[in-house]
Amino acid sequence: MLEVFIFSTLNGLVTGLLLFMLASGLTLIFSMMGVLNFAHASFYMLGAYFAYSISLHLGFWAGLIFAPLIVGLLGAEIERFALRRVHAHGHVAELVFTFGLAFLIEESVQFFWGPDTKNYQSPDILDFPLFTLFGQEFSAYRGFMIAISVGIFVGLYYVLTRSRIGIIIQAAITHPHTVANLGHNVPFIFMGVFGVGTALAGVAGVIAGPVLTTFPGMAVVLGSIVFVIVVIGGLGSLGGAFIASLMIGLLQSYAIASNVGMPDLLNLLGLEFSRDHPLTDLWTLTLPQVAPILPFLLLVLVLIFRPTGIAGKREQ
Amino acid sequence: MKPLLQKSAVWFAYLGVLLGLPLLFDSILAITIFNQMAIAIIFALSYNMLLGQGGMLSFGHAVYFGLGGFMAVHTLVMIEYETVYFSIIYIPLIGGLIGLLAAIFIGSFSTHKAGTVFAMISLGIGELVAASSLIFVSFFGGEAGVNADRTYGPPFFGVEFFQDVEIYYLAAVWVFIATLFMYLFTQTPAGRMANAVRDNPERAEFIGYSARRVRFISFCASGFFAGIAGGLFALNYEFITEENLNAVTSGRVLLMAYIGGLGYFIGPIIGAVILTLMNSLLSNYTELWMLYLGIMFVLTVLFLPRGFAGFIMMHRTAWIRGKLRSLLLPYLITGVPALLFATAGVAMIEMLHHEGEAFHFLGLPLDSANLLHWLLCAVVATFAYLGCKRTLPQLQEAWESANAIDEAGEERERS
Repeated sequence: MLEVFIFSTLNGLVTGLLLFMLASGLTLIFSMMGVLNFAHASFYMLGAYFAYSISLHLGFWAGLIFAPLIVGLLGAEIERFALRRVHAHGHVAELVFTFGLAFLIEESVQFFWGPDTKNYQSPDILDFPLFTLFGQEFSAYRGFMIAISVGIFVGLYYVLTRSRIGIIIQAAITHPHTVANLGHNVPFIFMGVFGVGTALAGVAGVIAGPVLTTFPGMAVVLGSIVFVIVVIGGLGSLGGAFIASLMIGLLQSYAIASNVGMPDLLNLLGLEFSRDHPLTDLWTLTLPQVAPILPFLLLVLVLIFRPTGIAGKREQ
Repeated sequence: MKPLLQKSAVWFAYLGVLLGLPLLFDSILAITIFNQMAIAIIFALSYNMLLGQGGMLSFGHAVYFGLGGFMAVHTLVMIEYETVYFSIIYIPLIGGLIGLLAAIFIGSFSTHKAGTVFAMISLGIGELVAASSLIFVSFFGGEAGVNADRTYGPPFFGVEFFQDVEIYYLAAVWVFIATLFMYLFTQTPAGRMANAVRDNPERAEFIGYSARRVRFISFCASGFFAGIAGGLFALNYEFITEENLNAVTSGRVLLMAYIGGLGYFIGPIIGAVILTLMNSLLSNYTELWMLYLGIMFVLTVLFLPRGFAGFIMMHRTAWIRGKLRSLLLPYLITGVPALLFATAGVAMIEMLHHEGEAFHFLGLPLDSANLLHWLLCAVVATFAYLGCKRTLPQLQEAWESANAIDEAGEERERS
């Protein structure tokens, strides 16, 4: 029991931190432009694919450096030439545009790399068990994933709160006109933050690609979950996103590892239903079965009862 | 009296087109496409009720379509086993009622806010329902879906619906009724208030309307019509799967409504027709039609924010002032290079796709291994692009002069 618990905690931590890398960029972009970027997970996918292509020629580490750079540049260009243009037509148009962008990126990935799964491997140097607990191995690559994610979180936090650039960004979020009057190029700051946000998603893709498999559906798999996290954490809140990411990661990991379900509950209550009861699917439901829908259930509940999320500000 | 007459003439023409189409194109393929179109039109119109008229961006509209469709298939099964006894022409109504019920339940908590919150709730519910449909196998049939046979019901005036064309006539009547009622809805106080709440919920509240209730009414009506579309889908295909209520279908209806043009009643109809045609015709010619669809969608959002209908309506001023003809030549001058550029671009995309093999593109043999072909396409694309760029200011000028308020007239008024 204990080993299951420890390993699901570790796996949940890996997933949660990975999700946070996506959510942090998304929530930053949201607080800046007020638009949820539907295509955010698509940049994550692009990160994985670019890194795969680079790793074929230059190895994994070159991919880790160059793929996020390419993704970030791409994101910045898209912000500059497309998103800014759509911005004039209002938020719905922006949301619809990013939705279309997600669609287009998925099709483009299928066009350039094909619809099949790519054999993107983690580097050999990290191909050893970091430690062995209760006879189960925890791979060094997962440890590496945790280290990178934590490093990025700390770095991001430091830059945003301690550095001059971070202060200007924070000011630009709340008072763009004042910042512009002080002589800063606000559109450029926005473009930069969009680029950095997408680059972070790219990093997540680079390190998640080998573990979660690199295929054209990987954006869809993670995309809506990242949305859930950003909303649950409170739109625009970095801290809230961090808590929500870990929460969702752990929740899913525990739910999958557990083997309880409705039959246990019914046993506990002393109830019994025959197999051909019309609602038999409901009575035989198990927790691992519902694990994929738990985040969405949580999302709907949060939106109904606490639309501002964990750490969101009261709406004006 | 005259406007009413004019308006009803439009509706009679619509009915005439709907009923006359299979007489003009009677191949099996055409009928299949028409059936898809009919379903898509109702679905897209119902979506426009939400987004275009009510300002609620939904990422889970397929839920009502799918639930209506599933219930319709189950009703068909019930008819087959003679649990219930009525003609299958009423099946879409069953779908609609289920869509309405689902919308009443979901709308009771999701219409509280419009904008991002609504969009997120609809996304969550869409994912929730899609995921649950894979869990509750006895109703949704898992990945295989559920199927039925539409021919067991009592014949309707001798028609037993063995053939697709019979279904088409049934669908056409339903499309007409649904379109008419959706149009009439926009004319009711509820429909008018939906527009007001979309544009400024605060003001609507100040004059005494509950924005939430107004949204709720639109939401329910939209769910009802989406369910009707789902019911028609069930009748046409005689099966329905999980795919019909998941995010893919929700996304497609958003594409249809947006490409067609939000805010115009006729927009979603145009969008539904274009997308269905692309889906069924373009996919015969190229495997990449989804890529082209994506490009088209992004370009539409960027350059035609009001969709195709909006593009057509842009010419209203010029038309009223009788200057449409002066736009024709500039359009041609810019349009031809633009078309050439698009064609060359598509040719290059296709060459990339057919790596190292020869294929036919618009009747021309192209070979991606041949460097000359690449060069040719690139040159054509470059020149077309330059030509387009060169002539664009002319078009803009012509556009402005066609739309400009008559300066001479203004001056006369001033003096």
